[in-house]
Parts: sequence; structure tokens; C-alpha cells
Amino acid sequence: MAESLRYRTDEAHEEPAVTLDAFLGESNATAVRIEPGDDVRALLPHLDRLALIEVAFPKFRDGRGYSAARILREAGYAGELRAEGDVLLDQLLPMRRCGFDAFRPIVPIDPAEADRVLTSFDMYYQRAADGVAPIWALRHG
Amino acid sequence: MYRYDQYDRQMVDTRVEEFRDQVKRRLSGALTEDQFKPLRLMNGLYLQLHAYMLRVAVPYGTLSGKQMHMLAHIARRYDRGYGHFTTRQNIQYNWIKLDDTPDILAELATVEMHAIQTSGNCIRNISSDQYAGAAADEIDDPRPWAELLRQWSTFHPEFTYLPRKFKIAVIAADEDRAAMRLHDIGLQVKRDEAGELGLAVYVGGGMGRTPMIAPLIRDFVPAEDFLSYMEACLRVYNRYGRRDNLYKARIKILVHEIGAEDYRRQVEEEFLHVKTLGLDPPAAELARIRGFFEPPAFETGLSDEIDRSDPDFAIWVDRQTVAHKQPGYVIVNISLKPIGGIPGDASADQIDLMADLAERYAFDELRVTHAQNIVLPHVRKADLYTIWQALVEAGLAEANLDLITDMIACPGLDYCSLANARSIPLAQKISQRFAAPERQRDLGELKLKISGCINACGHHHAGHIGILGVDRKGEENYQLSFGGSGAEDVSLAKIVGPGFSEDGVVDAIEKATEVYRSLRTGEERFLDTYRRVGLQPFKEAIYG
Repeated sequence: MAESLRYRTDEAHEEPAVTLDAFLGESNATAVRIEPGDDVRALLPHLDRLALIEVAFPKFRDGRGYSAARILREAGYAGELRAEGDVLLDQLLPMRRCGFDAFRPIVPIDPAEADRVLTSFDMYYQRAADGVAPIWALRHG
Repeated sequence: MYRYDQYDRQMVDTRVEEFRDQVKRRLSGALTEDQFKPLRLMNGLYLQLHAYMLRVAVPYGTLSGKQMHMLAHIARRYDRGYGHFTTRQNIQYNWIKLDDTPDILAELATVEMHAIQTSGNCIRNISSDQYAGAAADEIDDPRPWAELLRQWSTFHPEFTYLPRKFKIAVIAADEDRAAMRLHDIGLQVKRDEAGELGLAVYVGGGMGRTPMIAPLIRDFVPAEDFLSYMEACLRVYNRYGRRDNLYKARIKILVHEIGAEDYRRQVEEEFLHVKTLGLDPPAAELARIRGFFEPPAFETGLSDEIDRSDPDFAIWVDRQTVAHKQPGYVIVNISLKPIGGIPGDASADQIDLMADLAERYAFDELRVTHAQNIVLPHVRKADLYTIWQALVEAGLAEANLDLITDMIACPGLDYCSLANARSIPLAQKISQRFAAPERQRDLGELKLKISGCINACGHHHAGHIGILGVDRKGEENYQLSFGGSGAEDVSLAKIVGPGFSEDGVVDAIEKATEVYRSLRTGEERFLDTYRRVGLQPFKEAIYG
């Protein structure tokens, strides 16, 4: 069992993440943590100096972080995007599709299991943040 | 009808295997019930009072004969020989075993059916007009639009953990047969001044404990922006819908609290951004889907004459059939509301019979209506008598469409773990009280809807007469309300006064119908008279 799952090839960024308020307030921090109620768009002017954005999932049922991830990726953020907290095996795939490329679940997830669920679907109906062509594009070339 | 291609098939097959794995992990204890719950819910599986309930999706209410036969087979093999058609045009089975569910889903997949997103806090099965493709008054077939939505919303990664469930209805006629504005999003297909097709978008309607009529958010979204606009509507909701209180989490509360104006502003802003992402399929995709909904090969030159020499048949024809756009054809409504029966229930044999009739006489198509009846959409008038005889034989020939005994009722405390009161026995009592056909016909269109708790699955807010079952100090108590409508004249019913016992509410309804009979003028329906004279005369008769 691994503590966290990471689907990036660059070095892990280990600077501790600061809160959104702290980040916007002053700091030259390069890692920030987003809570479900934070407006992630506040980060958009600063994306080029961020290496890690951690999105908190205090409860797995709270899906705001999925929109946060997509908004960041849609704005061109290319750094590490990590889902942290109550992250469960069956959520890895939708999270991955929304742009998360790292996970730090409270209860560790077996990497082999993770690989299995992440590859369970070969195609998707809609475009998301993973760059995969949707089924309608496959149909119409 | 829409047919799966390799992609659609693969999606559903993969889902079946995924769920088989999830069930296995639940049974082994790897998943806790709390963790399993949202997964099973997204596959339509509820834990009810006595057993698991499985809700199978009937996309926009359209079925083939083969699919209908499969529903009968599942009722027979895995349930107790019957199924329950719901107000969202789906079917529910009430006595399902958890370990059977992967096999049931696999069987459904063989006829291009599934239970995907029939529950859970996600975008639910899309509902539509049961007369789509047949109605004389539609400007387009709403189902291709609904199918676009079905595909877009299936396993949508961003909208799988919404604040609450999300229901969308699509219509394409001015007469609203789908309670469109009582949905989270209601869509009406229309043409702009240039004659191009697009949609009017209403957001924030719903029933439940806080009923709301959806305000118009955008008068016209062009076809090429449709899914981007939906994405924007949902994203604003996912980000800002309330999550602090389960009962305030539906989008209607968000729209109500910030106001339609502010919600619209946020959606339009998000839309401008989302539109740059290339989420909308090309026009060729809607055209491809549309190809599946081409009108069937109607015969031309057929007579519109119907032999009415059998008086019982003539009564049924007058009540249960509706004008078709093709001369010589008619739309047939099959009542699932026999006197004293359970609204929406059908036995496996009845389901098979309806499937046979569709295959033989209705171009292999059936529809489920939100009022829990079944429709044969394209029937030759010349075949009506034969069909009627078969329905009589099967106990399906009740002639009560839109009459007082054509009730909507939720499963209530007989099945549902949320209910406060029973709905079914009350529905049966009302049905028996008003059983006489002449009496029902004299009362005319009267939509009576019963919910066993404030979640309003029985649509009581939209009833000309609505009944809400509550628990009062351990006793079942029924609140009566008048004046609701789920049609194009949409309105919310108002509570009449203090509640009643089960028998008391039947008496009160009877008194109200007498008031209506004494005060109606001309062609007024119960609803029209109520709207004209107000609550007072009814109240005096009921409580006086």
C-alpha cells in the first residue's frame, strides 16, 4: 500500500501547501491547498508560479473539488493537482478525468487496484480534462 | 428508436462488469455500506423497507417490444412477478436480491437497457413527452435532444457528486405532458425567428418539500451550444448549490436564494468560458441520432372511421385515444389504474401482452408516461377493436385517462423507507369510492396525486387534487390541497386546511367534487372552477 498515488513523471513537490488566503495574502509559496468552499478562480492569475495545488475532499460526497480541478486545467494549469482526504477507489477515475494527477487518500489505496479502476473504461461520452477524444468525435472523425 | 452502436454497447457492458466488481467488494466487506451506497445508488439500487429495490431506466420513456418483454422476464425471474412503472417513466422492482443485481444488469444490457444514474446525486434518466414522434402538436421530436443529454450526462466525471439529484425533462410541444417546469432543468425545443431549432431553458423547478416552478433562464439556446450551456448550468450548481442541508440542496433552492437573475448571470459567464472548450458535438451527431427517430413506415390512404357499434369499446376509444399526426392512426393510452388496483403496477403477463401488442400493432414501440400509464404511440384505427379486446382480456382496458381514478401515487409506507404514511391503500379506497364510470366521466379531467411523505414522489403539489401523507403523533394523517397543475398551465397546489384520517380524506374529496358539480359552468374542469371561485366554497363544504 502506498501513502499516495501519483501519475506524473516529474519530481514530487514536497513544499507544504498553504491555505488560499495565506497564498493570496502575501507569500511566495509554490503550493496551495483548496478547501471545498474556496473559489479556485482566485488562483488563475498565479498559476505559473504554482507547482502543487492540493484540493481537499473532507467528505467524499462533496463534489465541488471536481469542478475546481477542471477549472484549473481549463485555465492551463500544468502542475501537480492532488486530491487529498476522503478519496475512494471508485472516485479515482472521475477525478482523473477532471484533471487530478495525484491522490493522497486518508485510507491508502492499493496501486494495483487503482490501475485496474483507472483503465476499466476505454472511452467516454463527453470531453473532460484528460484530453481523451469523446465518443462523438470517434463517430464523426 | 435509438439503437446502440459499438460504443454505447461497450459503455453499458463495462458498467455491468464494474458494478459486478463493486457488489463483490461489498459482499466481501472491502466496501462499507456507507461507501457502497453512492455506488449502488448510481446503479439504481435502493435499500427499502423489506428488500432492495432496483430502478431500471427507460430513457425518455421509450421502449421496444423486446425491451418490454425483458422487463416482464426480470419481474418473473428475479422479483415477485410484477413491476411498478414510475412517475419518471422508469420501472422499479421491489423485491430484488443484492447478489442477483449484476446478472439482472447483464440481462438488461442484452436489450440495450441499464439502471445507470436512476438514483444518486447525479443527472438522472432524462424524461420526455410520451407522445413524442406521434403528437399532432409537436414542432420536433424531443427524443433526439434527450438522447444527446443521455450520452453527455452518462458518467459525467464532474457531475457525479452533485449537491443533490438532478432531473431534466425535454418537450417539443406547447402542451406540456411531462411537467417540464417542475424539473431541475426543463427544456422546450423551439424555433427562433430564422426557423432554426434550439431550446428554451428553465432552471430550478421541482416538487419535494419546497415546490418551485422553474423560471426561464434562457429563451433560446441554439442547437450548437446546447451541451455547453447545460455544462455551465450544472457547473454553477455543483459549485454553489447548498451542501450544508440535505433539504436545501436542490438547484431550486440555489436559484431561489440568489435569484433567477443572478443565477442567469453566472451561467452566462460560465457559458462564455465553457464554449471555448469544444464540448459540443458536431451537428452530424444530432443528425445521426435523429436518424433513429424517423417516423415509422405509415400506410397512407387509411380510413379514419372507427366502428363504434360496441358501446364499451366506444367509451374506451373516446377516453384512451389521442389524435395522431398521421391520418388513419391514433395514439393509445393503456391504463395501469384498474379500479382498486395499485397505480402503475403491472404483472409480468400484462407487460408481455403490452409488448406483444406493440410488436404486432404499434411499430414495435411503447412509452411509459409520467402519470404511470403505458402508451402505444402509433396504432392503425382499424386495429383498435382487436387491441381493445386483448386489453379487456388482460384487465388493462380501464377507460379512465385523466379522470379521478387515473391517480398518481408513490409506493408509500408499504415499500418506502422514507414514507410517513401509506399511499396505496388510500389510492385504492378513492378508486373504489369513485368506481362508477359515469360518475368519473361526469367529473371530467381531474388529476389526483398522492405522496406518502413530503418528498412528493407522488407529485401532490401538481395535483388538481393533491394528497400528502404525514405522520401525526404516530397516526397516518392526510393533508388535502387543491389547484396544482403539472401541465402548460403549471401551478402549485395550496393546502385546504387541517388533515384527515384515511377515510376522512376520501369523504372530503367526495364533498369537494360535489361543490365542483354545483358551481361549474360550461366546460369547466375541477381545476378551472377552483381557480375561478377560490378555496372558500370548498372549505365550507369540507369543514362546515
